[in-house]
Amino acid sequence: MNYEELISEIALADERYIIMTAENRALIRNIPKNPALADRFIDTGITEQTMIGMAAGLALRGRVPVVHALAAFLTMRAYEFIRTDVGIAHLPVKLTGFIPGFLSDGNGPTHQAIEDVSIMRGIPGMQVFAPADEEDMILMLPEIWDSSSPAYTRANLIKPLIAHDKNFRIGKAEVIAEGSTITFLTYGMLFNNVLQAKQALEAQGLSIGLVNMRSLKPVDEEVIIRAAKQSELVVVVEDHFTTGGLYSIVAEVLLKNQLSANVQPLSLNEQWFRPARLSEVLEYEGFTPEKIAARALGILESTATKIQL
Amino acid sequence: MTEGQITDLQKLALAVRENIVRLSTDGGCFTGASLSCADLLVYLYSHYLNVNPSNLTDPNRDYLFLSKGHDVPALYSLFAELGFIEPSRLANHLQANDHIYWHPNTNIPGVEFHSGSLGHLPAVAMGVAMDCRIKKHSNKIVVITGDGELNEGSIWESALVASAYKLDNLIWIVDRNYFQANVATEELIPLDPIHKKFEAFGWNAIDVDGHDFNAMHETFTSIATNGKPSVIIAHTVRGKGLPSIEKRADRWFCNFTHDEVSALLTELHENKMAELNSETLVVR
Repeated sequence: MNYEELISEIALADERYIIMTAENRALIRNIPKNPALADRFIDTGITEQTMIGMAAGLALRGRVPVVHALAAFLTMRAYEFIRTDVGIAHLPVKLTGFIPGFLSDGNGPTHQAIEDVSIMRGIPGMQVFAPADEEDMILMLPEIWDSSSPAYTRANLIKPLIAHDKNFRIGKAEVIAEGSTITFLTYGMLFNNVLQAKQALEAQGLSIGLVNMRSLKPVDEEVIIRAAKQSELVVVVEDHFTTGGLYSIVAEVLLKNQLSANVQPLSLNEQWFRPARLSEVLEYEGFTPEKIAARALGILESTATKIQL
Repeated sequence: MTEGQITDLQKLALAVRENIVRLSTDGGCFTGASLSCADLLVYLYSHYLNVNPSNLTDPNRDYLFLSKGHDVPALYSLFAELGFIEPSRLANHLQANDHIYWHPNTNIPGVEFHSGSLGHLPAVAMGVAMDCRIKKHSNKIVVITGDGELNEGSIWESALVASAYKLDNLIWIVDRNYFQANVATEELIPLDPIHKKFEAFGWNAIDVDGHDFNAMHETFTSIATNGKPSVIIAHTVRGKGLPSIEKRADRWFCNFTHDEVSALLTELHENKMAELNSETLVVR
């Protein structure tokens, strides 16, 4: 099942659902052709602010609007509308951000949503999700949309490498493996690459943990704490600025729980990424499986050196 | 409307203005902006909108969205007179134990949505209008913006989209008092001709005197449902009813002394100029 089939099925079964877009139809191209959904499909044109305001108005009348736009414009052009209309009123408006993070590949920095997790989680009551791949997204969305909270989801159409835990719960991570040397905490489209990095490191005899975070807000604190206690090193891998994303979330969780641990980021530090075909972006920025493995190993070694000193 | 009905509206408007003046102290409020839309709100809630304290959860009620949120003293003052809230609650203005503060919020019965950030509620009203249309309800959806508020880009986005979707159950009122926060609108970002701007965006546009109850009644009861949304440009006077503060750029937000409030209440009744010495406040 793909995104469009899922949203059609859910909207056909429940007339509260309204499908909206600010003229970004990539995920929902065929919805307006379905006569049973045509009057619940609203394309406001290239007007992210008006789309969000209207979604709030529809939600006031008991609807559950699922809104679509490119992640950068949805979360940033319309930010104050999301915060003020959806956030203050705590309305069940469901935001789907298309091409978040590295998925904007060759578009350039205007289209790079790599602060979206940071700014969306800053809104009281807003939930934030990042599925690892298309299958994970389809597993997660029914529960996300069914909740009475506003929510932002990073859309992800990457094909899965593994089958995911079908029992997704809001606030729960998917623990793929636990390990005593390094635990990777990651989310979204980088999951597959981190999975392969884990396999490469295991082939070298290391004990490697891997967590697909899935739900960034609310976040699975228990999983973060366990990783910090069990592993020599925790590496947070994210296609997001180092500020405000998962690395910050982990820091907040550990600090609140009075825990100190070796936690290092593989993320975008104060820089937009080099625009190119996705495979070239990953290569250039150091997020291929090989580079993730090598960088994690480098961190482990430099940390070990520091401890010896 | 009959003469009796007009007299009743005038009495109600006077009571609303008294309440607004009483709120303009001990921290103050947006007095000038509130006085400009007082007659408009009095008319709408008395003769036009099907909304009252007993039908606030009825999906078939009419909706009013106050997008120029800083004039909420006018709304609360009216709500106190019409039984939406206990009149005694107005005395809680700016107290943390109640929610009577400078911008509308849904803790107050009758407020459909919070506002304060300009250029938001046309879109929210459009969402409500869209749902009413899908459900084939015949509610009227009214949104009031200021004229200075028309500076916001989101205003024109909304005007485009409402027209594209032919939301003829939507009525947008512009409180045209020719002032924005600190200056006259035409001296900063000229807005005229507002009428032609909306017409060019595909709207029915009608000008009306926002202090003339008969004219308002005639205008609002003859709005066409012709596949176009309608904008009513209500020509008003900032500070209306108090000649001492009318049309003054520095009387948008006012924090009067208690003595000045007494003088203004007298002025309201006698329409003579009050002696005012409160300092000018720049809030925005």
